[in-house]
Order: sequence, then C-alpha cells, then structure tokens
Amino acid sequence: PKTDGRLGLGRAALPEEIAAWDVDVLPDGRGLPEGSGDVWTGEEVYVENCASCHGDFAEGVDNWPVLAGGFDTLGDKDPVKTVGSYWPYLSTVWDYVHRSMPFGAAGTLTPDDTYAIVAYILYSNDLVDDDFVLSRDTFLNVPMHNADGFIVDDRAEQEYAEWRTEPCMENCKEEVAVTMRSVFLVETPPEGGSNSV
Amino acid sequence: MDDTFKPSRRAFLRGSAAVAAGTVAGAATANSPDPLITELQDWASYTGVGVDETPYGMPISFESHVVRRNVEWLTASPISSINFTPIHALDGTITPQGCAFERHHSGAIELSKPDYRLMINGLVDQPLVFTYDDLMRFPRENHVYFCECAANTGMEWAGAQLNGVQFTHGMIHNMEYTGVPLRTLLQEAGADISPDKWVYVEGADASSNGRSIPMEKALDDVLVAFKANGEALRMEHGYPVRLVVPGWEGNMWVKWLRRIEVTDMAVESREETSKYTDVLEDGTARKWTWEMDAKSVITSPSPQMPITHGKGPLVISGLAWSGHGKITRVDVSKDGGITWETARLGKQGDTKALTRFYLDMDWDGAPMLLQSRAMDDTGYVQPTKAQLREKRGENSVYHNNCIQTWYVNAEGIAENVEVS
Repeated sequence: PKTDGRLGLGRAALPEEIAAWDVDVLPDGRGLPEGSGDVWTGEEVYVENCASCHGDFAEGVDNWPVLAGGFDTLGDKDPVKTVGSYWPYLSTVWDYVHRSMPFGAAGTLTPDDTYAIVAYILYSNDLVDDDFVLSRDTFLNVPMHNADGFIVDDRAEQEYAEWRTEPCMENCKEEVAVTMRSVFLVETPPEGGSNSV
Repeated sequence: MDDTFKPSRRAFLRGSAAVAAGTVAGAATANSPDPLITELQDWASYTGVGVDETPYGMPISFESHVVRRNVEWLTASPISSINFTPIHALDGTITPQGCAFERHHSGAIELSKPDYRLMINGLVDQPLVFTYDDLMRFPRENHVYFCECAANTGMEWAGAQLNGVQFTHGMIHNMEYTGVPLRTLLQEAGADISPDKWVYVEGADASSNGRSIPMEKALDDVLVAFKANGEALRMEHGYPVRLVVPGWEGNMWVKWLRRIEVTDMAVESREETSKYTDVLEDGTARKWTWEMDAKSVITSPSPQMPITHGKGPLVISGLAWSGHGKITRVDVSKDGGITWETARLGKQGDTKALTRFYLDMDWDGAPMLLQSRAMDDTGYVQPTKAQLREKRGENSVYHNNCIQTWYVNAEGIAENVEVS
C-alpha cells in the first residue's frame, strides 16, 4: 500500500503503448509525427480512400459530409460548414483523418498519407496553392478561414442572467395562435400509438 | 384547426369543472356482465410458464411498441447515427437499458472485459495501464444522472418537425450508475490537477470520440462507470466502461473509454470544433457549451399518446431535468402559455437527473395547447423557442431546450406545433 492515498493499482504504461494510443494532435501542432505530403500525391490517395463518399473535389456525395466550400455562409439561413468554411484548427483535420478515417477502415492511413490527404483537402478549399507540401514545418503557416469564428460559451452572461426570474403565471399573453405544425410525419408506430394525424 | 386558439372560459375556472363526469369512455360502466369477469379465463385455470423458461427476460409482447426507433433521413449512415428512447410510453425516471437511446459515430463495438485496457498518460507522475479487474478494486459510488444528446430537439430549431415526443425529445436516458470517480484514477497516476489543466478522454472505437474536459469538472463529479441500473453497461452504451459526465452534453460521455490524458490545453478535437459547437445568428459559434440547461416535456398526452378515454380525469405526465442541478418546479399550461399552474413532482428532484411531474386534471373535451416549463435550483426558467431564437438564431443545431407545445384536439389527438 502507498502512503500518499494511492492504492497502488494498475501498472506503468510502457513508451510503446503510449505511442500506440496517444496520437492526438494539439492546435499548436504538438503530437504531429515526422512526414510530409503534397497536394498531387494527396489527390491520388484521396481519390483512392475518400472520394467515394466525399466526392472527387471534397464536395460530398449524397448525404455524406461536404469537406470543401461554403465560405462565408455561416450567417446564412442554411450554413455550409466545411473544413474550409468552419473548422478553426488544421490540427483537428490531421488528427481526425489519421485516427478515424476512412469510415469503416480507420487507422489505416500512414502519416505521409494523412499529410497528403490533408494537403489536398486544403487545396480543394483554396487555402493553399497546388505546389504546397504539408509537414510539421509548414503546418502552422496555413491560414484557417474561420480560426477566429468561435467564442467560449457565454450563456451565463447572455442568457442565464436574464432567465433566472420568477415567471408569469396568469394572463401571460392576450391570445395564442398556432404558427407551425409538424411537417414530417414519421412512419406510424405499431398499433397502440398514433402519430399519423 | 383554427389558426387562433382561444381557451374556453372553463379552462380558467379551475376546479369548478371537477364535477362527476358521467360519460367516461373505457371506464368500468357496463350494461351487461363482463365476460372477462363472468367467464373462466385460461390464465385463471391453466398454468403459466415455469421459472426455468426465461433466464433473462424481455418485456411482454403487448409492449412491443416500447422500443427504440430511428429516423433514416437524419443521418447518412446508421453506423454514425442516433435512435430514440420511447419516452412517450415510459413513466417514473429510470430508463430501461434495453430501450435507452444510442448514439454512435462508428457503430456499437464489442469489447470484452479481458480485452479491455484503460490508459492514463500525459501530465502525470506515472502513466498507468489498468485492466477491468483493476478498476473493480477502487472504491465505488452510485449516482443517478441523465445523459442527453446535445442534439436532442435539434431538428426542431427551425420549426415543428417530428410528430412524436420520442423523436423530438428521446435522445435521452437516465440510469443509476456505479463507478469510480475520475478524480480517484487521476490521483492514482499522480496527475497535475492544477485548474488550468485539461483531461482529454477517448474511446476504443474507430471514431474515438475524443473530448476535452476542464480539470475542475474532472475532479468534481465525473465517474468512470461500469454498471448501469444494477447490471453491466449494455454493449451499445459502452460496455465494459464508459464516462459519466453529470449534467453535460451526452457526446462527452465517452463510451468504451480507453484513454485519459492530462494536457495543458484543450485538444480541440473534431467533436468540439466541427461538431458540438453552436452557430449563432451572426455566423460566429459558441464552443465548449458543455452544460445541458433546464428542460422539460409532456410525454403524455403527446402525438404518440393520444387521449383515448374521453372526457373526465386525465393524467398529464412529463419529464424535467437540468444539467445545473435539481428541478425545483414544473409549471404546466393548457392554453399555450396564457395561464400556468404548478405541477406535482413524482418525487423530489435529484441533481442532474430526470424528474417526473404530473398534473391531474378534469378534461372537458376542449382542445388544449399543452406546455411545460421547468425551473431548477439556480432559479433558471426554461425558455420558449422564441426566446432561444432571439439569442441564437436558428442554426445552433445543439442545446435546444425550448418549451414544447402539443395541440390536443377535441378527439384527443395530439400534434407537435409552434405557437405565437
């Protein structure tokens, strides 16, 4: 038994084990491995691994996510949130692609593959030129379009302060009008329920 | 339906209408003897099934509608998708695990206890690896908490969309968890627990679902849980070990938890940049909107739970919850928010847990616009959708805790509507 309140359970993690599982990349680039990839290599690897869902130009197929475009639509009625238009950090793109893509075969991309694919996604978003080579050294040079687009949760100031008041109980409004009815009637549940009014 | 709903005068005269109702459909009035009583029934004569029939039981077949359901068009693939708890048909507060909603990003994985490993690394004195058996030797706690998907009610931002409380509010479950406080494991590794540090947590599945949690929360009430409602977690809920992050958005409740890393900054992973950030009207977005604000919904009557018994006594039943603490009060309106009365809590609200409320009424058969409005012990009052939209616009996707309206017509059929 330890004297500092610890129970002495578990065992030391070995360096190889930590290296295998700790692959996250921080916004400042810490965690990126050695390697590099250019746009045109990226196009080849991307077409092979990614285009069947995300489209040849990262424009998305069917309902699958769009990775490119949508610039300056975030204030629109229907914003298009992509790597180019929305994502604040390049680290996230590298980390997520390397760790969790392709969908259904995650973890199979080498660091060089990942650098190349990410370079191609950046090119598809017009964020880099076609001779761009992505590596740990060039990583922080890429201007992410929406890097300043996020604020830390401010509900406490914007909402809670206002909504922590005794609510109205009587005569709260003159009359009530129905302004919208549900438009999607999902398939009717089995007998015993009814949502097909 | 009329465009304008004017509550009948009777609706204001609470109590005066509570005279004995003479014609209650489905009630025990009969002109001739009931054969279910006067004739010998099979179950009163023959035998039922033996105790060796069902080592682990399922609900009786008559309850086959009380199941999880999905909505195909919501997502591109059922592997990274959502389904919905049948909250319309449940009562009390504990969600049966077998119909508690699922949300996966790369499917529900099968991870055995012998194969399970949990690593703690980063800013710690000693990076550690635990087996499942190791975790069984730490002191445990029990707590009931709700897990609500950040996107619950998210389809309703721009209007009344899905016609059923299962679909509008069913990305939620509420279980009694057994687990080890995260702070205990951090202490075991000698973690740097200074307040500017973060804890990054990730799952063993392909999506990993990595999220960053500030140290203050990690030391407060986060649990590394292995039992829910008395038994092991279900596969689809993270078997054998998941994170429980009380009051905070469901995405952070990392399932199949495999690694805990102490860091000096947030990782800003995909699930806290691209997703689970909330776009405001001007195109900027909130990040780190962790808490789930006070919310409630009437589960019956609701579109899947029409009134079938006619006029007379009617139980209005619903759920309320808050990520900030306990539910202290729920008000119910039958006239779209003109008049409110305070409902009765099924039992005292638990912190960051579902709370059941009831309003027992005498229904005169007039149409109603039913609403519920939760208050928590911080004094926060659940807002209307109009109030939320005024602050956020319509494209936040997540954190829609607006007051829900059901229009109940004279036939007892309920519909999802918005009102002025």
